[in-house]
Amino acid sequence: MSLPTALRVEDICKIFGRAVAVDHLSCEVRRGELLGIIGPNGSGKTTLVNLISGFLKPTSGRILYNGQDITRTAPHKIVGMGISRTFQMVRPFYRLPAYKNMIIPLYSPRVRQLAGGRYGDRNAVALDLLEEVGFERDANVAYKPAGTLPQGYLKRLELAKAIALSPDLLILDELFSGMSLAEVASIVPVIEKLRLAGKTIIMIEHRLKELFRIADRIMVLNYGQKIAEGTAAEVMESEAVKNAYLGSEE
Amino acid sequence: MKKRRERIDRGIKARSEDVYALCSWREMLYLAGPRLLPAAAFLLLPLFLGVYWQKVMISVAVFALLAISWDMLAQTGMISLGQALFFGMGAYVSGILNFYFGMPPWLTIPAATVLGGTLCTLILMPVLRLRGIYFSMVTLIIPLMLVRIIEATKIFGGTEGLSGMTPLPSTLTEIYLVTGVLLGVLFGLRRLMETDYGLVLKGIRDNDRSVTNAGINIYWFKTQALFISSTIGAFAGAFMTHVYMFVGMPVFALDYSILPIAAAVVGGSGTLAGAALGAVILVPLSEALRGIGGLRIVMYGLFLVVFIVAIPEGLFDYIQRKYHQKERWVEIDK
Repeated sequence: MSLPTALRVEDICKIFGRAVAVDHLSCEVRRGELLGIIGPNGSGKTTLVNLISGFLKPTSGRILYNGQDITRTAPHKIVGMGISRTFQMVRPFYRLPAYKNMIIPLYSPRVRQLAGGRYGDRNAVALDLLEEVGFERDANVAYKPAGTLPQGYLKRLELAKAIALSPDLLILDELFSGMSLAEVASIVPVIEKLRLAGKTIIMIEHRLKELFRIADRIMVLNYGQKIAEGTAAEVMESEAVKNAYLGSEE
Repeated sequence: MKKRRERIDRGIKARSEDVYALCSWREMLYLAGPRLLPAAAFLLLPLFLGVYWQKVMISVAVFALLAISWDMLAQTGMISLGQALFFGMGAYVSGILNFYFGMPPWLTIPAATVLGGTLCTLILMPVLRLRGIYFSMVTLIIPLMLVRIIEATKIFGGTEGLSGMTPLPSTLTEIYLVTGVLLGVLFGLRRLMETDYGLVLKGIRDNDRSVTNAGINIYWFKTQALFISSTIGAFAGAFMTHVYMFVGMPVFALDYSILPIAAAVVGGSGTLAGAALGAVILVPLSEALRGIGGLRIVMYGLFLVVFIVAIPEGLFDYIQRKYHQKERWVEIDK
C-alpha cells in the first residue's frame, strides 16, 4: 500500500518493575487503515494503547505520529493532535447525565478550535453524537445519570466521547467486550462510517469474528512481542498464533 | 399493615437551562424565596443586632467564605486541610501593605485578595499532581510550616505580629462589606459551577483521567480552581486583618482549616450553599457554647458526629428535598 504512515511505533519497551509488558515492539499504521490488535490476556495490548495515548511513558523506544515524535508528549496534547481513545474499563462521569458527559470533550481546546470559536449549543451537539452511537432519542437514556446505565450504553458513551473530539486516529480498546451481539451489530456500521470519513482506527478486541470482518490488518501480541501480522487469514494460519493464542484459549 | 413513604414532586420545577414560563406570583415566590430569604437576612439582620452579635455575624460570614472556598476546591477533587493557608496569606499580605507601606484598607484588601490568592496558587501548584490524601497532607503541613518560619526568622513582627492596622470606618461597614462579598461569591460560584466550565471542574473530581482523555489539561483547570478558591480565602484573611487591627501567627491556626470543613460537611458539600449554611449554624453554636467552658469542644464534637450520622448528605440537600417534594405515608397492602 502506498498510503502515508499515520502512526509509527519504533522498538518500544515498557517494563513495570520486573515484568516486561511491551518488549521491543515496532509497528506501523497507515492513514485510513483499520488495524486490529489481538492477543491473550496480559499480552500488552492495553499497555501499548496507554503508551500511544501518552498515559504511560515507555522505558525505551519512540512513537511517531505523522512524523512527529510524541513519545514524551502529555496525554491532553496528544488528544489535541488528533489521537483519541476509549478505555477498556469505562470511565464515565457517573453522577452526570449521559449527555452531560459529552460536554467535557466538547469543551476541549481541540473541538473549540475546530469549530472556529463559534460553538453552538453543546447540549444539542451532545445529543446528536449520542444518537449516532445508538442512544435512542425518544427514549430518555441520554438524560439518565451515567451511573445508572447498563454496560452496553456505557461502552457506546465511551465511543461517543472519543468521536466528539473529531480524531484522525481513533483507538478503541476492547469496545465490544460487555456488549451483546445485537449491540455489536449496531456499532459495526458506526465504525464503518468513521472509516468512510477517512479516520485511521486501531481496534483491540477479543471478539475475533466481528473484528476480522472489518479489519484490514491484524497484529498479534504475546508477552509484549509481536508474533504475527497480516490479513486475518494469514494470521490465523500462523503456527505461532495457534500455539500462543488460540491454543491457550481452547 | 406495612407502610412506605411516598415522595411526590411539587407542582413546578425550575429548569435553569430551559426557558420556563412562570405564571403566578406564587410560583415566582416559590423559586425566588429560598434565594431571597438568606440574602434579606444577611442584609437586614445587622440593623437589629447588638454589637456582640454583629461581631459574631462577621465571623459567620468569614467562615462561610472559607467553607465555600473549601467546597469549591473539593468539587474539583482537591480536599484541602489547609484553608488557613489562604486565610493567613491574605491576612499577612494586607497587614504588610498597611503596616509597612501605609496603604489604606480600600487598597490593601483588594490587593491582598489577588496577591494572596496568587501566592497560595504558586505555593500549591507543584503539588497539584498529587491526588487524594497526599494533596491533603501537603495542604495541612504548609500553614503549620509558615508559622514556624515566622517564629524562627522573626520576620513581620515574629511572634508579636503586626498591630495598629487602620480599622474600617464602622462595624456596619465591616458587616456589609463581608456579607456583600459572601452573597456575591455564593451566587456567582453556584452559577459558575452549573456552566460547562464548572462541569469540567466537577469532571476532574469524578474522573481526572477521563478529562485528560478529552484533551483537557487538568492541571491548568485545577490551577484555575485553586486560584478562585484561594482568592476567596485570601479576601477573608485580608478583611479580618482590618477588623482585628492586628495580624500575627494565629491567622495560620488550625481553626481556620478545620471549622470550614466542618461547616461544609454539616451543611452538605458539593452545593456551596450548604457550606454557607453550615457556617451559619456552627459559628453561633460555638459562641453559644462558650459559656460552658472546657466541655465546649466535647459538645461541639458530639453535635458534629450526630449530624454526620443522621444526615450524611448534609443539611442543605435535606432541606432542598423537603422543599421540592411532598412526602406522605401510604399503606402497602399485602
